[in-house]
Amino acid sequence: MNNRSEPMGANHLRKSLGWAAIGGIVAATILGLFVVPADARQGEVQRLLYIHVPIAWVMMLAFFIVFIMSLLYLVQRKLKWDMLAVAAAELGVAGAALTLVLGSLWARPTWGIWWTWDPRIATTALLVAIYVGYLVVRSMTEDPEQRARLSAVIGLVGFAQVPVVYLSVFWWRSLHQPPSSPRSMASEFGLAMLLGFVVYTLAFIYMWLRRYRLATDQLAVELSGSEGLPVHGISASRSPGSEPSVRRPDKSGSPTLDSSSERIG
Amino acid sequence: MKALARRAAAIVWKDILSETRSRHGFASMLCFAGLTLFLFTFAAGPDSQLLARLAGGLIWIAIFFTGTLSLGRAFQSEEVAGGVRLLRLYPGDVRAIYLGKLAGNLLVLAVLEAILFPAAAILFDADFGTHALPIALTAALGTLGFSVLGTFFSALTVHVRAREVMLPLLLFPGLVPVVIGCAGATTAHLAGDPLGQAGDWLRLLAAYDMILLVVCVWLFPVILEE
Repeated sequence: MNNRSEPMGANHLRKSLGWAAIGGIVAATILGLFVVPADARQGEVQRLLYIHVPIAWVMMLAFFIVFIMSLLYLVQRKLKWDMLAVAAAELGVAGAALTLVLGSLWARPTWGIWWTWDPRIATTALLVAIYVGYLVVRSMTEDPEQRARLSAVIGLVGFAQVPVVYLSVFWWRSLHQPPSSPRSMASEFGLAMLLGFVVYTLAFIYMWLRRYRLATDQLAVELSGSEGLPVHGISASRSPGSEPSVRRPDKSGSPTLDSSSERIG
Repeated sequence: MKALARRAAAIVWKDILSETRSRHGFASMLCFAGLTLFLFTFAAGPDSQLLARLAGGLIWIAIFFTGTLSLGRAFQSEEVAGGVRLLRLYPGDVRAIYLGKLAGNLLVLAVLEAILFPAAAILFDADFGTHALPIALTAALGTLGFSVLGTFFSALTVHVRAREVMLPLLLFPGLVPVVIGCAGATTAHLAGDPLGQAGDWLRLLAAYDMILLVVCVWLFPVILEE
């Protein structure tokens, strides 16, 4: 993971991870688009599933990570866990939205409709709602420690709701085709799907660590703002665009952050 | 356990007192609920049979929307005068605050439902009366689920900016199983439960209530930390 105590090795590892993810996505896309034959009944549009299903998996992974990180935060009270949680939550929301859009594009030619109240679709939409709430509450809370505490609580409660939401909508109505997985498909289809799972997971881990890094930088800015400079000037300029100007080298930056988070946590 | 219940009861009593002394809070809620039912009637068009079929679902939307207004007041009314901080200063488990506010909300919603169901029966021409007992059970389970989650998020959003919007934003996604269960059971009961589905909906509601109650009671002290 993003280990700040050895910036050289971690940096190298992170870069290789990024390149591996990009290369893998290109390879998986070529495999899914050109190598694997089109599905006999669904036709060319079925190729969307090589992206749709892996991204749906990444979304679930992301939300599970939010749950674990929220739990770790409440046990240990270290802001590190909170930043890892928000990084995963943002990717999870983006992944869920992408899953819904891709699924819609696939459903229109296959089922003849853009949207249906199937349990998995409805649950994914509700996951977006739950974690958008998570992100909005964060943006509406000033104090980093309070923000971490409240969002960890939402992360836990939200996760506890998901199985029942799924079950309730399942009872309410069901139409989706059974879940696609490498095992439920012929070998070459399965290979394209499996590759998708691996490379999109790599891409997720890469983006997650990058986003975590950004969160630590944002926190450093917030904390420096609360210690001397006028608070409003700093906290108002939390947009990503302002980040490069405050990026500092790992070695000089980490002691400030660690001591601050200990003071607060 | 006994001390916890006594502290919770003290909070309920305090809220009842302040409510009876101001009074306009509940009356305006009741008006809001009645008007919501009214608007549903017009939204559904002149087909009164359609309205009767939808009654089992619409009534819950009216109750939960009104309930959200009442929940907003539960902790926010405290916050105006720094009341939450004061309540925390009293000795004993802070969960008593949660349980007291929860019981208060249940009480408010129970009174609201006692008025709203007969009103809806008249407006929607829905026969809630003959199935009063099973529908009362549905109402008890549904109201509990709503209040458990709602009281929790009401406390959570007290210190958050734009809390009036944040409460529904957090509450409504988690309310989906409650709405599905309540509407499913009520509609089934209204039709005489021909397929025997009502029991499944009630079990769903009961299971969700239990999960929410455990999680919310467990996490409540974290919310009130300062």
